[in-house]
Amino acid sequence: MAKIIVDGVEVDVPAEYTLLQAAEAAGAEIPRFCYHERLSIAGNCRMCLVEVKGAPKPVASCAWGVRDCRPGPNGEPPEISTKSPTVKKAREGVMEFLLINHPLDCPICDQGGQCDLQDQAMAYGVDTSRFHENKRAVADKYLGPLVRTSMNRCIHCTRCVRFTAEVAGVPDMGALWRGEDMEITSYLEKALGSELQANIADLCPVGALTHKPESFHYRPWELTKTDSVDVMDAVGSSIRVDSRGREVMRILPRVNEAVNEEWISDKTRQIVDGLRLQRLDRPFVRENGRLRPASWQEAFAAIAAKVKGTSPEKIGAIVGDLAAVEEMFALKLLMESLGVANVDARQDGTVLSPAYGRGSYLFNATIPGIEDADAILIVGSNPRYEASLVNVRIRKRWRAGPPPIALIGENADLTYPYEYLGAGPDTLAELASGRHSFIEKLRGAERPLIIVGQGALARPDGLAVLSAVARLAQDVGAVKDGWSGLSVLHTAASRVGALDLGLVPGEGGLTAQQMAQGGVDVLFNLGADEIDIAPGAFVIYQGTHGDRGAHRADVILPAATYTEKSGTYVNTEGRVQMANRAAFAPGEAREDWAILRALSDVLGRRLPFDSLNALRAKLYATYPHFAAIETVQPADGVAAAQALAGIGGAFAREALASPVKDFYLTNPIARASGVMAECSALARELKLEAAE
Amino acid sequence: MAVRKLAPEELQPESFVFSPETEAFAQQQIAKYPPGRQASAVIALLGKAQEQAGGWLPRKAIEAVAARLDMPVIRVMEVATFYTMFNLEPVGKYFIQFCGTTPCVLRGAGDIKKVLERRIGDQNHVTADGTFSWLEVECLGACSNAPMVQINDDYYEDLTPENFEKLLDDLAAGRPVRKGSQIGRNRSEPFEAVKTLQDPSLYDGSQIGAWRKRFEEQAEPAETGEAEAAITSVPQEARAAKPGAGRAIESEAADTPAERAKKGETPISPTDQKEAADPSRATKGNSHTEEGARPAPQSGKSYVSTPSKPEEGSPVPASPTTPVAGTPPSQAETRRDGSDSKPDVVVDKDNKTS
Repeated sequence: MAKIIVDGVEVDVPAEYTLLQAAEAAGAEIPRFCYHERLSIAGNCRMCLVEVKGAPKPVASCAWGVRDCRPGPNGEPPEISTKSPTVKKAREGVMEFLLINHPLDCPICDQGGQCDLQDQAMAYGVDTSRFHENKRAVADKYLGPLVRTSMNRCIHCTRCVRFTAEVAGVPDMGALWRGEDMEITSYLEKALGSELQANIADLCPVGALTHKPESFHYRPWELTKTDSVDVMDAVGSSIRVDSRGREVMRILPRVNEAVNEEWISDKTRQIVDGLRLQRLDRPFVRENGRLRPASWQEAFAAIAAKVKGTSPEKIGAIVGDLAAVEEMFALKLLMESLGVANVDARQDGTVLSPAYGRGSYLFNATIPGIEDADAILIVGSNPRYEASLVNVRIRKRWRAGPPPIALIGENADLTYPYEYLGAGPDTLAELASGRHSFIEKLRGAERPLIIVGQGALARPDGLAVLSAVARLAQDVGAVKDGWSGLSVLHTAASRVGALDLGLVPGEGGLTAQQMAQGGVDVLFNLGADEIDIAPGAFVIYQGTHGDRGAHRADVILPAATYTEKSGTYVNTEGRVQMANRAAFAPGEAREDWAILRALSDVLGRRLPFDSLNALRAKLYATYPHFAAIETVQPADGVAAAQALAGIGGAFAREALASPVKDFYLTNPIARASGVMAECSALARELKLEAAE
Repeated sequence: MAVRKLAPEELQPESFVFSPETEAFAQQQIAKYPPGRQASAVIALLGKAQEQAGGWLPRKAIEAVAARLDMPVIRVMEVATFYTMFNLEPVGKYFIQFCGTTPCVLRGAGDIKKVLERRIGDQNHVTADGTFSWLEVECLGACSNAPMVQINDDYYEDLTPENFEKLLDDLAAGRPVRKGSQIGRNRSEPFEAVKTLQDPSLYDGSQIGAWRKRFEEQAEPAETGEAEAAITSVPQEARAAKPGAGRAIESEAADTPAERAKKGETPISPTDQKEAADPSRATKGNSHTEEGARPAPQSGKSYVSTPSKPEEGSPVPASPTTPVAGTPPSQAETRRDGSDSKPDVVVDKDNKTS
């Protein structure tokens, strides 16, 4: 720790702090454009100038360390001033220079109202310019379907360049030419290839990069902001949903150090148009092979008629990837009251089950824990597309000092180098038997992290693979007191919550696959769109979009998406998070728990709650950990590994393949989105180009 | 800076492959740096690739360098576009870099430039036969032999329009040319006769150690107790020589009327006031624009109070809008239109300091 005096206030900060951080610790605000906490220091905007006692000129506080300051002549702590006339003058000068070439087009600029330059010009600038020459003109660049450019506005902070190179790991962007002619662009103006590219528009302190899909649609001050959580993958990124009236206008990341830091993937951000397209806005009933719009009463009556004539063994329920804990709990109670054991929330056929303990299906190491790992083995997963923000953490860990990283499964570009061990489970067996050199690196590590993806688990021999991984984890010391390195990476937002609730087949119950292949006569489908249901069964689909599930349905109950209801989601780490309602569901669509409550009444099995609060009270009484919002209830990884290791089993020969075939089209909301379709087409093109 | 751009697609070659020579050079350059730091060789490789491609860098060459150094193409592109020595468009067989910096211009580079413009045409333009192209560059560091140009790798100095024309003729015809000075002087020796550095003692070795010898001779008389006196004169308590050295000067507070009033003194002495009001002592800046060419006066402060029609009169108030320094508030003529809400902004009355 080092002492430093900021504007007369002495503070004690770590010596590696920069002056900017020290000033913030002392409560002084420093304006900045190029500096960003999570990016490398560029020091090129000069907005953060402060006066250091003893220095002949103002210094850029973002690039000057506290430990670089000289003490006073009698050993006093170094002194900086952030409010002196010199600093004020320096800031005014820098601001005047920045504005020399910045167009005065705030009224037509999408950044207006959320612009760093605008705000700081108001706070630190002067009201005149002495520049009488012409302003610089720069041609706009094409950067793909997500980022609109207006390069006249660029102030060359290079945040976008540093983000793509450092955080996203896809170094597409650069600053060409020099001096006044400097231009930010991608190589030959190709579309950006990162799944995190839209973050650069958030980072842009001016209106040079704005979000293309939503451009010119709103002003930031018109929007109602709702803190929520993302359901596009199992990471559960913290988001803010901005809505105007009934419509969600945009989704922004929210800072959450434990999960997504401050980034979100493009899918999380840009499915906004998917929330209003292809929506189911009224109940439908299939008559003579055709779906016809119906009233809620008609739909419920049709269900009741069918359910009453079917024995509980021939009724089943499957749950999709976007369901919140509340409706899954309601469905579970309903099915219990009907005596139905055929309940499954694992539409992809994964073998994870609460039977082996909670530690057997959580990402036990937690996402921030990735940064503590000193050796990483990824089995059957492509974290870049299955959980982009987990991949960002692994990359962050890799940048901090490369640990040994290896992968068994699809050989894909993860944005960091890794040792590719092999494609199939036999490689895993080889590794476990110690015939592969990487085992030594795992054994030598203090906190080895083994990530198992659904590509390894959603297959017939998944349990054998999981068991082998558990044995490997025990062998290399990945599960022990104080470090639980055996981590399962999920792809579905609802999955961990469902497993916590025990939504797996009961005694003699059928799995989702068995139910879909004709094991039941009446199938209640709560938003499962990634599963093919064989003809024959009477399918009740409760969901939001006219996707695969709705096409196969006999009765459709329109429900609310995650932005239209308050729901609890548990992410892959077991972190319980709450999504909040930002808008209302369209037409006659209702919140899921309310639909199930109403249906239970018609079926004569009234669920014991009349409000969401009553439901939650009941839920928390049975499963207390759901009440601990924003926290991870740690699971016993050692016992889970022990339980899994004992299973054993033989491997199949097929290679491990990631379940995410197309990152942009993994769920019904994304498939309804035109923006995602465009991204998907572009990504396919880039892939073809790369393959050439 | 000249506008640089990538060569149009039709001029770009289909492919670029490192020649064995370039490859050997690349290996040698990469070996200079620690393993994993091969990207440090990017400038050297781009230079060699430019040489191989005939004096300019096609897009494919940039990509080849990126592939060779395992760098993202955009990073190599950044380097190639940053340095003006990398030509991104084809150049002539003889690429003339014409020095247009002050010393050369003073010595007649303007005439050389006229020759270039007449014989070759505009900058960055290759003659029809592909022989010449030229570019004006900043100082090439041969000012003593100004004016000069660099043609490919060599300097051609002491140019006159006549000998430069001849030089170009010779180059075009493939005749041998003389590098360096075109008027026959040896490097940058004086042009007429050598007048300096002629003392033979400079060259006979007698100067070796002469300075030290003189120093020792002069130091002899100092053995008079001066050293002891110097030692005793050192103060017992060590003290920093200049505690404020190098520091920003921070006086208590400025000697302002407000400070004086606080101390109970007269805020402004009548003599000061009189002096301050003397117009002959006012500092006055001069416009860099000509008197007649000056733009119409604009306040630039508030568009609310700016009349839209010029005939309604000058938008700038005739009287001072901020009090002259030292004027008591009761005598000050201040703006009453609300535009004085920013007291720290001083109206630039006749819009001169621009």
